[in-house]
Amino acid sequence: MSAKPEFRREELLIATIARLLQGLSHVATGASSPIPGSAALLARRRSGGRMRVSILGSRKNAPFTNGGVELFDCAAEGRLDAFFLGGGEIDGEANINLVGTGDYPRSDVRFPGSFGSAYLYFLVPNVILFREEHTRRVMVPKVAFVSAPGTSLPGVYRPGGPIGLLTGLCWFRFDRTKKRFALESVHPGTSVAEVRAATGFDFDCPERVPETRAPDAETLALIRGPIAAEVAEAYPAFAERMFGAKAA
Amino acid sequence: MSADILNVETLASRIPDGATLAIARDQGGAPMTTIRALIRRGARDLHLIGVPVVGIGGDMLIGAGCVRTYEGAGVTLGEYGAAPRFVEAVREGRIALKDSTCPAIHAALQAGEKGLPFMPLRGILGTDILRHRPEWKTIDNPFAASGGDPIVLLPALRPDIALIHAAKADRLGNVWIGRDRELMTMAHAAKTTLATVEEIVDGNLMEDELRAAATIPALYVGAVAEAKGGSLPIAMPGHYGDDDALLRDYVQAAKSRGGFEDFLVRFGARDRVAA
Repeated sequence: MSAKPEFRREELLIATIARLLQGLSHVATGASSPIPGSAALLARRRSGGRMRVSILGSRKNAPFTNGGVELFDCAAEGRLDAFFLGGGEIDGEANINLVGTGDYPRSDVRFPGSFGSAYLYFLVPNVILFREEHTRRVMVPKVAFVSAPGTSLPGVYRPGGPIGLLTGLCWFRFDRTKKRFALESVHPGTSVAEVRAATGFDFDCPERVPETRAPDAETLALIRGPIAAEVAEAYPAFAERMFGAKAA
Repeated sequence: MSADILNVETLASRIPDGATLAIARDQGGAPMTTIRALIRRGARDLHLIGVPVVGIGGDMLIGAGCVRTYEGAGVTLGEYGAAPRFVEAVREGRIALKDSTCPAIHAALQAGEKGLPFMPLRGILGTDILRHRPEWKTIDNPFAASGGDPIVLLPALRPDIALIHAAKADRLGNVWIGRDRELMTMAHAAKTTLATVEEIVDGNLMEDELRAAATIPALYVGAVAEAKGGSLPIAMPGHYGDDDALLRDYVQAAKSRGGFEDFLVRFGARDRVAA
């Protein structure tokens, strides 16, 4: 029996997202998304190259020739299976706020902006909410500004939406009918009580919550080797900080 | 007929105070040399449109007091973090905001290039973006079989000026943009396009079959100026990467008003620190 390999939280998140993406045909990542980007590249490698990956900010991993609009057109046509969204605030109904807190437009804390969220959240079938910071500042009872709603009224064209929320502490699955998150796993070293204390919204919780599966040695070698080199093209600072890697 | 070949200062003077000015995301290069010239001139009251977002150039224009209204889906310095001057201007209520979402900017420009009054777009329903954009209307899809199916209509965008930085232009005013097609949509939708380029080349880019489809025809271009390194500190694909040191310098400096003004002097956008 070999000892369990040590890993960083970012590596656990990359491996976890890659598992969620398994079997999909086309995965895209948006602005400021080095961890989802790394995860998509890992999932593509595990698929033997069958998965198509589009990384915003990359020229090598962007199968587009029609500018920024093409990703959105792809999504509207159903050609995109998964995307990632985050939020300065995320609430228990999976509403996300990328605009700011306080009274809009004079936000006390202004976030960068809604980007494509108000569109892609409606159209991409598997949206993974991803935010490393898991605190009551982020995981709020109700967002101050709805950049994109977690669910929509009946009659609204909405083939897409959230499948769950991955944070630095845990993975929640989202139930679109109940409009609620359910805690599905806690990351190694984290307790359910800790998750509760850090979460400003109520969520469902089974009696026994399993631990998020840790990445094995082979996965870690892939992440630290070829994936680090590939992601360095679009995210040089991240790749260097995490892995000391330069663009391949 | 051909576009005017100008120097950067003269090109910037074609952007009047109060103009509606469209600038693309940083991916294919940023018109930083012209932005520097606008700040030097003390441009005012611009309605800045991010296509669909802006980066450090937008943050600098906002910080320097050149912008009355920002319309776009975001302001971001990417891996370098939040846009400090934008954040402060919002907190202090110094700019008007028209928060949008990326595909809405693209779609409104597409309406503009077609001379249409509006474009419908999926999504957006139930957001606070929509609630704060009274000029966006929701109708029921007139083609829906069973009624219902609400959809948002976006009024067309026709910017006064599309301001771009591209790899090359010829002396006729044809501008080669490569794969960054939002620049083409911007040029079609805007009343005129002003372009700085890394180099002005001899010949006619439209006669090169491999280049022609990725070239903005001179028909849309008002003026061109050569500006080597014109995107710095932002990368120009095929020419140079990000100036990491200068971007880090900016992020630190622009945390305070004074630091930002000092940076503008170092960047050549101001002669001296304003008193």
